[in-house]
Amino acid sequence: MILAVAILLVCQLIGETLARGLGLPVPGPVLGMALLLVGCLLLPGLAARVMPTAQGVLAHLSLLFVPAGVGVISHLDVLGGSGPALLLVLVASTALALVVGVLTFVLVARVTGDEGAQAPEKPLQ
Amino acid sequence: MSPLPLPEIWSYLSREPLLWLTATLVAYLIGDHLSQRAGRNPLVNPVLVAMVLLGGLLWLTGTPYQTYFAGAQFVHFMLGPATVALALPLYANRAQIRRALLPMLAALLAGSVTAIVSALWIARALGIDGPVWLSLAPKSTTAPVAIGIAEQVGGLPTLTAALVILTGIIGAVIVTPLMRLMRIRDWRARGFAVGVAAHGIGTARAFQVNDTAGAFAGIGMGLNALLTAILAPYVVSLML
Repeated sequence: MILAVAILLVCQLIGETLARGLGLPVPGPVLGMALLLVGCLLLPGLAARVMPTAQGVLAHLSLLFVPAGVGVISHLDVLGGSGPALLLVLVASTALALVVGVLTFVLVARVTGDEGAQAPEKPLQ
Repeated sequence: MSPLPLPEIWSYLSREPLLWLTATLVAYLIGDHLSQRAGRNPLVNPVLVAMVLLGGLLWLTGTPYQTYFAGAQFVHFMLGPATVALALPLYANRAQIRRALLPMLAALLAGSVTAIVSALWIARALGIDGPVWLSLAPKSTTAPVAIGIAEQVGGLPTLTAALVILTGIIGAVIVTPLMRLMRIRDWRARGFAVGVAAHGIGTARAFQVNDTAGAFAGIGMGLNALLTAILAPYVVSLML
């Protein structure tokens, strides 16, 4: 597990260094993710080593957003007088982006002859 | 050591990271438990429950956010390594992902443009303008990228951070009912769309529902970080 954490941190570190050093518009951790993916493709043994820890972290990905979320709750005043209007914008725009995104995916998948994983929805645990 | 009176214990605890780190974990466990009890009903989102509980607690105890964050930063820090860890579901689903390259790229472009343009357009229709309007442009992408874009186009970074988190929560709450309504069964499409529209919080929701959806949400989030950084300043300049 310590090895897996070290691998994740090393990838993030290289990612941050590259992103800042080259002035790239991508956050360091996202570059780190790309790096680790390439690493796993080159050395399949790497994936086996990191997988259990990665699954453990990702199973509780929600937890990691709590501190930032509390920041929003305690700074609701930054929304200012336009708070309700802003919320309306976010709900409408997010719904539109979801609908357009998912329909485009399904449509293009159908056109390219790939119906994909039409698995029946499992009951949400 | 003689026992301390209660106010002194409080003043010790409120200065140390221990209290608020513990409170963050406990609040999340309560949120996760309620979410499970509600059959993972999207309205009972664990992040939302935890942030309301903790927000209330900070307000009741008169604790400034900075004090809270001194403890919670250890949890916050894990966002970086967790993002790197998204490489593993990508790797595990690589065959599926390779097959779905074309649908992914099309959905990325369509979803990303819709997220930026619709937010700016609806906000303008509602009479929002100035730096607040500009802060909305990057709302669907992951927070560090969004803050960078907000600074670049003349938005307010703090407001952008709040709008990004709210977008993630809204996306995580509405995605399941919306997809059921549209009868979309393709987990790849559902996951990818929520990653593009609602970044990491949407991705966290996708992992709760289905592993394939989670993997595709992770790629959607990563690719949209890149695309929004390129597109948002351009779209803003067109709509100004």
